[in-house]
Amino acid sequence: MTTNDIINPANLVYAKTKVMNDVPMHYCPGCSHGVVHKIIAEIIEEMDMQEKTIGIAPVGCAVFAYKYLDIDWQQAAHGRAPALATAVKRLLPDRLVFTYQGDGDLAAIGTAETIHAANRGENIAIIFINNGIYGMTGGQMAPTTLEGMKSSTSPNGRTVPLNGHPLDITKLLAQLKGTCYVTRQSVHTIAAVRKAKKAIQKAFENSMDNKGTSVVEIVSTCNAGWKMTPEAANDWMVENMFPAYPLGDLKDL
Amino acid sequence: MNDSEKHNMEEVRLMKGNEAVAHAAIRCGCDGYFGYPITPQSEIMETLMEQEPWNTTGMVVLQAESETSSINMVYGAAGCGKKAMTSSSSPGISLMQEGISYLAGAELPCVIVNVMRGGPGLGTIQPSQADYYQTVKGGGHGDYKMITLAPASVQEMADHTVLAFDLAFKYRVTAMVLADGVIGQMMEKVVLPPFKPRWTENEIRQISPWATLGKPATREPNIINSLRLEASDMEELNLRLQGRYREIENNEVLFEEFSVKDAEYVIVAFGTTARVCQKAVEMARAEGIKAGLLRPITLYPFPTVEISNLANKIKGMLTVEMSAGQMVDDVRLAVNGRIPVEFFGRMGGIVPSPDEVLHALKTKIIHR
Ligand SMILES: Cc1ncc(C[n+]2csc(CCOP(=O)(O)OP(=O)(O)O)c2C)c(N)n1
Ligand code: SF4
Ligand SMILES: [Mg+2]
Repeated sequence: MTTNDIINPANLVYAKTKVMNDVPMHYCPGCSHGVVHKIIAEIIEEMDMQEKTIGIAPVGCAVFAYKYLDIDWQQAAHGRAPALATAVKRLLPDRLVFTYQGDGDLAAIGTAETIHAANRGENIAIIFINNGIYGMTGGQMAPTTLEGMKSSTSPNGRTVPLNGHPLDITKLLAQLKGTCYVTRQSVHTIAAVRKAKKAIQKAFENSMDNKGTSVVEIVSTCNAGWKMTPEAANDWMVENMFPAYPLGDLKDL
Repeated sequence: MNDSEKHNMEEVRLMKGNEAVAHAAIRCGCDGYFGYPITPQSEIMETLMEQEPWNTTGMVVLQAESETSSINMVYGAAGCGKKAMTSSSSPGISLMQEGISYLAGAELPCVIVNVMRGGPGLGTIQPSQADYYQTVKGGGHGDYKMITLAPASVQEMADHTVLAFDLAFKYRVTAMVLADGVIGQMMEKVVLPPFKPRWTENEIRQISPWATLGKPATREPNIINSLRLEASDMEELNLRLQGRYREIENNEVLFEEFSVKDAEYVIVAFGTTARVCQKAVEMARAEGIKAGLLRPITLYPFPTVEISNLANKIKGMLTVEMSAGQMVDDVRLAVNGRIPVEFFGRMGGIVPSPDEVLHALKTKIIHR
């Protein structure tokens, strides 16, 4: 058998989606961002929406999302992605519009934009990467950083008297009348990736059906910021993040 | 006359400056207005909401949760090649500065109306011109410029709204209409422009091929972005912007002169203050003083050349502003020490009177 016999369309079991560009990613090995990018790209291809999608990139490690997915993008100021998405979707109501945001972006500096876009029921999908830390700026405390969790600005662990409580913004968003679908997923196992993909697909379908705002939180690892190996970070997430941010649907109308 | 004939016609109405902005925006084919209430300009959004243009032209009007949000909505809309605008007054414009800088960095065209009030801080709802520095010198971070139009009448509130969109798209920059509370609030007769249809998506693809409307298989993705991590890329963007600003400076200067021809003394003033100063010039002329007025209509680009030329012919200049003296810096730069340039102004929302201006002209310039 020659190599060419093996590289035969009949033998194809998996192909990289064409919505994903052939460029090296800047994400740390083991980071959740790359996995989530891939499933978003696959969904866009499967829904045949490549020509009709506008993504809104955050400020955070995913600031370069526009390099990796072969669609039109707008890069927002830190926290403002939902404001951009609001205007884009209102002016182009038949397009798929989604934001991709970290916890600092969505739940600290952009809290107002997030809550108000969701409360207005903007027909957008919000993909929320909750890694409990500011990855891009070097591991500072995020609004979602757990109590006791160390970061460069909580070197001895987050304490409530000094830093307040971790913010479960997804729970808050589920309370709003403008959201139609609010779910919390992860991508640490193959099974989890499959479920997360279904969730994002539903969020995208909701956006196209003008059902209101969908929020898909992905409880994620930032192994670099957490100063762990990718494997240890996954274990740590299961043990510590999941109890605080339990997986599953919070709302599905 | 049927409806469509009416539609294509100019219309003469009596209204406030703020209302004129709203009507002009709808008529010139604006796609989206995003704003947050603040005195003395709330009538802009109120008029739009009353007109319900989404039922006629299809224009989107949305009350945002803050000025931070409204300027970023403008960014989103502008990124789609749409004619987008917001309006506010001084504190709200301060809150928008990050967004304004991003718009500049991403080379997006848009229109912002600032109906200035007195500051600093929460200040007063009375009129002011103290945002001159913020508007023409920066305000946000980085080296950028905004085309700045300074209306002095309700008519110009309407005309400048239309012109601002034209200039913004010509150069892919923000154009600001910098009015003061008097112009926003006063009522005058105004000729509203005829209705222009909004651009279709095909037209947008022609006019703004960079717009994010969704990526057809035939082109590369469009990315609206101001991030340039490499220093050389960052400088390249800056050089491109600076080149565009030089073009604007060469091509778009607008100003108006009043009895300047034989003048020995010239007052420089914009907006409401220019109207007061015109009265002061008339009073001076009645006393035999050869006074004139130069009113910059564009504050950026500034009529530097014209003021410089004037400095070769006259004995002195007085700049009058509703501020502690901001535009006077640009007048002095243009004059470059050749003749005396003095300043007179009132702050805190006080509009100077023609008597005060004439007195200042006499004491600070003529009998200095
Ligand atoms: C106005 C403003 N403030 C601060 C920053 C610096 N900054 C960049 S990314 C970031 C935090 C990103 O954290 P997160 O949103 O959680 O994304 P992650 O990198 O963890 O994916 C901060 C504070 C900025 N770019 N703009
Ligand atoms: S710093 Fe954290 S979030 Fe950023 S790429 Fe590395 S692992 Fe991912
Ligand atoms: Mg984070």
